[in-house]
Order: sequence, then C-alpha cells, then structure tokens
Amino acid sequence: MTETSSGAPTRFADGARSPHLARRRRKQKLLQAFGVAGLGVATLMLSILIGSLVVSGYKAFTQTHVTLDVFIDPQEVTAERLPRGGFDDVLARSLAEQLADLDASDRATLRQATSILSNGAQFQLRDAVVADPALIGTSVTITVPASDPFDQLNKGLVDRDTPEGQRRVSDVQIAWFDQLAAQGAVSKPFNWALFFNADSRFPEQAGLWGAIVGSFWALLTCFVISFPLGIGAAIYLEEFAPKSRLSDFIEVNINNLAAVPSVVFGLLALAVFIGWFGMPRSAPVVGGLTLALMTMPTIIIATRAALKAVPPSIREAALGVGASRQQVVFDHVLPLAMPGILTGTIIGLAQALGETAPLLLIGMNAFITSAASTPFDSATALPTQIFIWADSPERGFVSRTSAAILVLLGFLVLMNGLAIFLRSRLERRW
Amino acid sequence: MTYVKLAVSMLAIASASTAMAQSRDQIRIVGSSTVFPYTQAVAEQFSNTTGAPSPIVESTGTGGGMQIFCQGIGEQHPDVTGASRAMKPSEYKLCQDNGVESISEAMIGYDGLSLAVSRESAFEWDLTLAEVYLALAAQVPVDGEWADNPYTMWNEINADLPAVEILAYGPPPTSGTRDAFVELAMHAGCEELDYVKNGDFDGDWIGENCSRMRTDGPFVEAGENDNLIVQRLQADANAVGIFGYSFLYENMDTLKAVDIAGVSPSEETIGDFSYPVSRPLFFYVKNAHRGVIPNLDEFIAEYMSDDALEPGGYLSERGLVSLSADRLTALQDAVLDGAPMSAPE
Repeated sequence: MTETSSGAPTRFADGARSPHLARRRRKQKLLQAFGVAGLGVATLMLSILIGSLVVSGYKAFTQTHVTLDVFIDPQEVTAERLPRGGFDDVLARSLAEQLADLDASDRATLRQATSILSNGAQFQLRDAVVADPALIGTSVTITVPASDPFDQLNKGLVDRDTPEGQRRVSDVQIAWFDQLAAQGAVSKPFNWALFFNADSRFPEQAGLWGAIVGSFWALLTCFVISFPLGIGAAIYLEEFAPKSRLSDFIEVNINNLAAVPSVVFGLLALAVFIGWFGMPRSAPVVGGLTLALMTMPTIIIATRAALKAVPPSIREAALGVGASRQQVVFDHVLPLAMPGILTGTIIGLAQALGETAPLLLIGMNAFITSAASTPFDSATALPTQIFIWADSPERGFVSRTSAAILVLLGFLVLMNGLAIFLRSRLERRW
Repeated sequence: MTYVKLAVSMLAIASASTAMAQSRDQIRIVGSSTVFPYTQAVAEQFSNTTGAPSPIVESTGTGGGMQIFCQGIGEQHPDVTGASRAMKPSEYKLCQDNGVESISEAMIGYDGLSLAVSRESAFEWDLTLAEVYLALAAQVPVDGEWADNPYTMWNEINADLPAVEILAYGPPPTSGTRDAFVELAMHAGCEELDYVKNGDFDGDWIGENCSRMRTDGPFVEAGENDNLIVQRLQADANAVGIFGYSFLYENMDTLKAVDIAGVSPSEETIGDFSYPVSRPLFFYVKNAHRGVIPNLDEFIAEYMSDDALEPGGYLSERGLVSLSADRLTALQDAVLDGAPMSAPE
C-alpha cells in the first residue's frame, strides 16, 4: 500500500462519501438514459409510421366482389364477332334479373345498376368467352369486382347516414347492393389484383404488378452494371493502385459521390442517356443505369472495407507459395471478402429500390396498364407507383397508396433480412 | 473474368437499347397533370376495347410537356401532349423550329378550380373574387395605399363573413393549378377592387402586382398532392382548400363548395363560365405521326368519341365538364380530319 502525499487516502469504494464517484455514476446513468430515450423515440416514430399505414392500408388487401349468374345471349355475342360483342349488355341484363323491382327497359336505371360492377367486369367476361367460345348460349357463374364506390360502401368507408346528395352512391343503388348482399352474392376475398394486376384508372382493378416488374428490371440492370464495375474499382484501389495524390483524389470523390442527392443523378441521366444516347423514356433500363450510378459508390466502399478485413497473412501466405497478385486476389482474398461485398451490394440495391426522384425525371412515373416484358418497355417502379396513386382523386387509391407502401416496405425488409442472413451465415471471424 | 462479363453486358445493353429506340408500337403521351386522369381513362378504355398495346401516359405538367412535345418529329418524341391552357406563341414557335409543323389542337372540355371547406363548417361560405383576393394576396390596398396584406380574420374583409382566421391550403407555384388560380381568381379579384378600378392601371401592372400569394401564414402551400389538402380540410373545419373540381366531386360527403358570388361549382356552371374559376383543357397531336405510329388514329378516334366526351360519358364521370353539343361536333370533325391549328396570338 502506498501513502498519498495529501494525507488521508481517498476511499473510492465508498460511493456515498465520494463526490467524484457519485458524479461519475450519475453521468453514466444519464448517458444510458439518453440512449434509452433515443431508442424509445425511434421505436415510437416507427410504430406510428407503420401503425398509420396499416390502419389506412389494411382495407386495400381485400376487395368486394359480386357473383352473378350470366346468361351469354347468342343474340348479343356471336362466335364470329369475338372478341367484340355486347358483353356490357349481357352483364346488365343478368344483373337486372337478379335484382327485384328494377325496370330493365329504362336505360338510365339499368346504367345506375351496372355501375355497381367494375368497368373491368365486361372484359373479364369477354376473356372467359374468348377462351372458350362454347360458353355462348349457356349460363355461367362469374365473380367480378365491385366498382370503387360500392367497395368503399361495403368496407364501411362511406357513411350511409350522410345525405344522399353528398355521396357517390344513391339510396336506390344502396338498396340494390343490399339486395345482392342478402342473396349472398357479395363477397370480400383477398385482393390478389393488388399484386397481380398492372395499373388501372379504376382502383378496384389497379395493382402493383407493373411496378414490381419495372422495379425488378431496373434493379437487375443496376446490379449487372454496378456490381462488376464496383468490385473492379474497389479491387484496383485496394490491391493494386499505388498510393498517390491521384488515388487519394479518386477516393475522396467516390466518398463524395455516395452523398450526392439522387435527383442530380436523375438530371444527369435525362441529359446523357435520354438526350445524347437517345434511349427510350420511362424504360427500366435507363432507370437501372441511373440507379447504378448511385449504387456504385456504396458497393465500392463496402467492397473496400470487406477487402481490408481479410487478414494480410492470407495474402502473404499465397504470395509465399508463389501465387501471382492476380491469383491472390481472385483465388483467396475476393472469396473471403464476398459475404461483406454481398451484404453491401444488397443494402445498396435496397436503397435503389426505394429511390424515387431520379426515376421521376426519366419518366418512370407514367401510366401504363401492362407489365413490361423486357427492360426496354416502359414501366413504373414501386416508389413511383406510390407517387402516382397518392395523387389520384379516386377514394379507393387512398388505402391502396398505404397498401403499396407496405408492400414496398415488405420488399425492403426482405432484402435487408437477406443481407443480415448472409452476413451471419457466411462471414468469417479471424 | 469480371471485365469480360462487364464488357459483354454493356455491349448487350447498348445494342439492345438502340434496337428498341428504333421501333415503337405504343403511343406516347406527355403533358398536364390536370389532363392526365382523363387521358389515362381514354388510354385504358382504348387498350381494353381494341386489344392494342396500352398508350404510355406521363404526367409532366403543361410546360414540361410542351418542351418534350416540341423537340421534334420521330419515334423518340411523344405523339400527344395534354395542356391545362392553350399553347403559347413561344411554344408554337419552338415546335415550328424543330419541324413539328402540323399540330391539331383539341379542346376537350372544362375543369373547374374549386374552393371548398369541410362539411363541419357551420357557415355557408359565399365569397366574391375580390374577397378571395383580399384574403390571399401578398399586397392589397390599405387606406388608399398599396401595402402588405394586413387581414388575418375573414370578418375584417367583410363584416358578414365569419369571425374565423383566414387559412387556405393551395397548390405550390410549380403547379398548373396554381397558375390557373392566380390568373382566373387572383387577377380577376384584383381587377374588381375599387382601388384598381379607379387607379387606371394596365394589364402589366396587374400581372406584376396581383400575382403574388401571401407568405405570412394564412395561405399555406400544401404541395402538389390534392388528397393531402382534402385531408387537412377534414381536420380543420374553417380552412379553405383550393384544388381541381374532380377532387371536390369525389369527396362531396366530407367537403362542400365555397360559392363564388353566389354560384357554386357544378357541371353546368363550369361549362357556361358562370362559375368564374374554370379553365378549358386541351390536347395537341402531331399530325406527322398519324398513320406512322401504329394505332394513333384509332386512339384519337376513341378520345374524340361520344362515349368519352359527351355529357354522361366516361370522362364526365371523372369530373370533366363537357363541351356543348354543337362545339363538340365541330371539334370531333376538325380533330379527326387532322386540321392543323393556326399560330396562337
């Protein structure tokens, strides 16, 4: 034991009597409290965001359907004229028969009644008949989507107590709809159309398929371009480049590039890809090229970090048994760094998936009712589809916008989950 | 390895994209976000009934659409542009300079800009354009002087109006709706003021001094998204919203119109201009693309059909106010014949 010069020894063990220790512990507690508070606020924000999306969006995951017995009248529909034919009249007449007290001879009344059905119903019937012309002259039972105002009514989003003039559905239409419901003709199954239909002007038919396909093509292009380019650049900078002013300059620029606002890349793409190269507007391939510009710095930075994490002993051992530097990189260092590279790439691609601004500038916010079959066809992407729906006047799009955001979040969670899985499965600890 | 793959993929993409740029079987449409929903409806109907590939409709805004439209003739340029105002002389000149010589103009109908409040609001709103101007403009006459807007309550402007704070949500300056609102409501309201009437000012003075919305709080730019404005109105009973008539029409259960000088917006009042804040909608077609781009003629025919444009047609179900019957017939004949427009004044 050593004597202190001031005389009485400071008793660190006794917290109650040591102001120093008490202060230190208080600071520690405070720091922890801040941490917990920060975490709490972040969790709260996230749950408010997800909660409000779920509350407004969950109703879009079901869609009201009406089941009808349709007699395909050979006077209206003939095999010779297909795919043309009076399918709307056929539907209207079948609906009129199913409803009591409806005067089918009055066209205006009939029109009011058929507005219960989606505009797409006649095309659904047409497609069924075109697929099997033997149906003409027989009765078929088909289930078709209800139009948006009645979907809203069925989901309780239209208040029946509001005066008639203030809602989209009239009292008599509600009475008809209730009649159908009493017959058991109204159902509310899962809204597969939300995932497997392309965009439509009619909320009940609008879906995300076109956007999902568009995002897929754009991400594929982005991956094909940015993955090899990014890895190549990172390998050169990390393994081969001489340490010089120039390489420092390049490094700083790459780091800066990662922080450039995405709208700048959009303007660049508009001028270069569409303006100079004459590539088509709204094409996922142009979107993919633009996103590749943004993703590349992320991949380069992740790859360099992964390469750095491979211990030098591996390189030295390989060099020691006579491998060339190229062999060292491709046979030893790169395979070991791959988990880190893949993680970085997936995170970069997930960022690209959520990117909107550059896609707006190159026209990927167009209205397209069919999914792109190649990356050169026009398409939307998930975030731009959300942008279009958020701006649509129809009521049904309010809940569909939230649902689309949830789908996009789902894809992001999947991708980030994959990144975490790869990291925990494949990463080697030294 | 990596470099070989890279080179191959780059080559493949480059060659395929040039190949694709040379053949187009879809109609391309750009232009106003106000005309966008109507064009969407026609495009979808057209592709459903004919089985042709669906036209690609892009909402770029009126001015942006004109810029892209007037870049030239050829497959890489769009065939049709929508506009929420007539083509300007400068835009016509740009088109001519780039070889887009024969253009058909089609005025498809009218769109009302509505002012609306929540149904919760106890007061029956009826404003004159001068009152709208006094409430929302940056500068107004105060005691015979042209000064910054001092009004914060509606009843300061007119004692008959309710004693609530002025709060209006409207579109930002980038929006065509904002341009139309300034021109149709603010300029007209400004001209109704005694100060301006007696002051012997010309149109330039009005354009210069009556175009600015106030920025001290009562007028809130709510972004391009009209649905957001609708939601804000539902939350605040006394706030006034400014947006296209189709949004009011879709939300009649929660919103009610603010009458302008006793006239409330409806199909009739917008169509005959007795509701003053209404504007015509147009689209423009390149005649040189007709018969070259597949299905363009058929698409124009669908847009010009009675099913689409008549009162009660599927566009009027979306909020478009139809032309009168004789004007509609004249329009259909002119556009289907491909009559070129003359240079705008």
